[in-house]
Amino acid sequence: MFSILRTIWLIFRHAFMKPATVQYPEERPDTAARWRGRIILSRDPDGEERCVACNLCAAACPVDCIALAPAERESDGRRYPEFFRINFSRCILCGMCEEACPTYAIQLTPDFEMGEYRRQDLVYEKEDLLINGPGKYPGYNFYREAGADMGVKKTGEGELERPPVDIHNLLPGEE
Amino acid sequence: MTFGQGVLNIVIVFYGAMLLGALLIFVERRLLGAWTNRYGPNRAGGPFGVLQIVADLLKLMFKEDWIPPFADRPVFVLAPATIFITVMMSFMVLPVTPNLVISNLNVGLLFFLGMSSLGVYSIVLGGWSSSSKYSLIGGVRAVTQMLSYEVFMGLSLAGIVLISGSFRLTDIVAAQKGLWFVVPQLPSFFIFLFGGIAVLHRLPFDLPEAENELVAGYHTEYSGMKFGLFFMGEYVGIVLISGMISTLFFGGWLGPWLPPSLWFFLKTVFFSILIILLRASLPRPRIDQLLATGWKILLPIALVNILVTGAIYIAIS
Repeated sequence: MFSILRTIWLIFRHAFMKPATVQYPEERPDTAARWRGRIILSRDPDGEERCVACNLCAAACPVDCIALAPAERESDGRRYPEFFRINFSRCILCGMCEEACPTYAIQLTPDFEMGEYRRQDLVYEKEDLLINGPGKYPGYNFYREAGADMGVKKTGEGELERPPVDIHNLLPGEE
Repeated sequence: MTFGQGVLNIVIVFYGAMLLGALLIFVERRLLGAWTNRYGPNRAGGPFGVLQIVADLLKLMFKEDWIPPFADRPVFVLAPATIFITVMMSFMVLPVTPNLVISNLNVGLLFFLGMSSLGVYSIVLGGWSSSSKYSLIGGVRAVTQMLSYEVFMGLSLAGIVLISGSFRLTDIVAAQKGLWFVVPQLPSFFIFLFGGIAVLHRLPFDLPEAENELVAGYHTEYSGMKFGLFFMGEYVGIVLISGMISTLFFGGWLGPWLPPSLWFFLKTVFFSILIILLRASLPRPRIDQLLATGWKILLPIALVNILVTGAIYIAIS
């Protein structure tokens, strides 16, 4: 009996508390820096597309909403996506593509306001996805860190890279 | 009372009750919001978003008024009207002020009890004619519940009739000039509150509806304005029960300084909000727990209350 009265009193006191509601269109909620929202494609600090069209994001995507086709640049053979398409009406914003990406090209942003009147408008092409900056990883250019010779550095001379293994030698490298 | 004044009283009481009932739908949603740290509906315009009522009404009016093909049509249509009519009929005897009462029956209290029992027919018939198992279970529960609360609710009022010596509600209020009946009849106040909420079948005693077990209970199959009538009947019923509580136990229109009608209004609103607060805070008992409480605890208390009241009454007179 006492607990019933206490319950009623406790509930009544809630009338004088501040509501937890965020009145959305007027009041904007804070989205964390790691919020998984709209997906973008970033560029490296030199202004080149980071994406090398390796298809890992498309393979990692659990709902198969990413479609892309690789192409190679005539001048130096650098790979880039010929088209890159994300169907956001399918995307579940899980961030698996970001985790899979070896070059930090595909990234999720804190933007979540992607409402459209027509479903077809939710299919984003490469022009819609590509941004003009490096996104979450400023200063990162994967060709300088590791990877093949693309005219930026010689193979094995990257910042986090060891010289390539001499495959004609049985002994481990001099460490 | 002249004919013109009678018509005026009818208009004031009925429209006042309906307006208050409609307002209560909105007030309840806002209050439930506040009590659960939300805002409730505040977007529909007007002060506090009060135009939500108009939006709700328009929605109900333009909804498809669908009668399921397996339903018993005439009864299905009759049921929602019954509850609304019986509730409005009960307002006939409710004295707002000594002059503002539609029909000052000398059996007003019995009329109210009779009408509240008739209201159960609406639920039973609604549940039965829907030919759906959830509705039927809701209807059967309503009967079971009614059979238990009608007894102790009627008996709890016997003490009041003993003291005031009348079934006429204006006499009962007049008899409370010195002391409100809630003081000498405290147990019957709690019993009446308990029974009143059971009459309204609102939480915590909304077993005929019981959303989480029976979908919506007896009105599962109803839509459009037929559902709206059930809904309005429930909220106008809250006004009625609150009005009855303030009339029977809290001196109706009696009170210092303010005009009588305002006192009655304030008391009614207070108990309406109390009923909403009980809904917000208390869980629903099982049907057998409700029946056991009714028969094993409240009925003996009501009987003892009559006995003691009667003994004191005889001793004094």
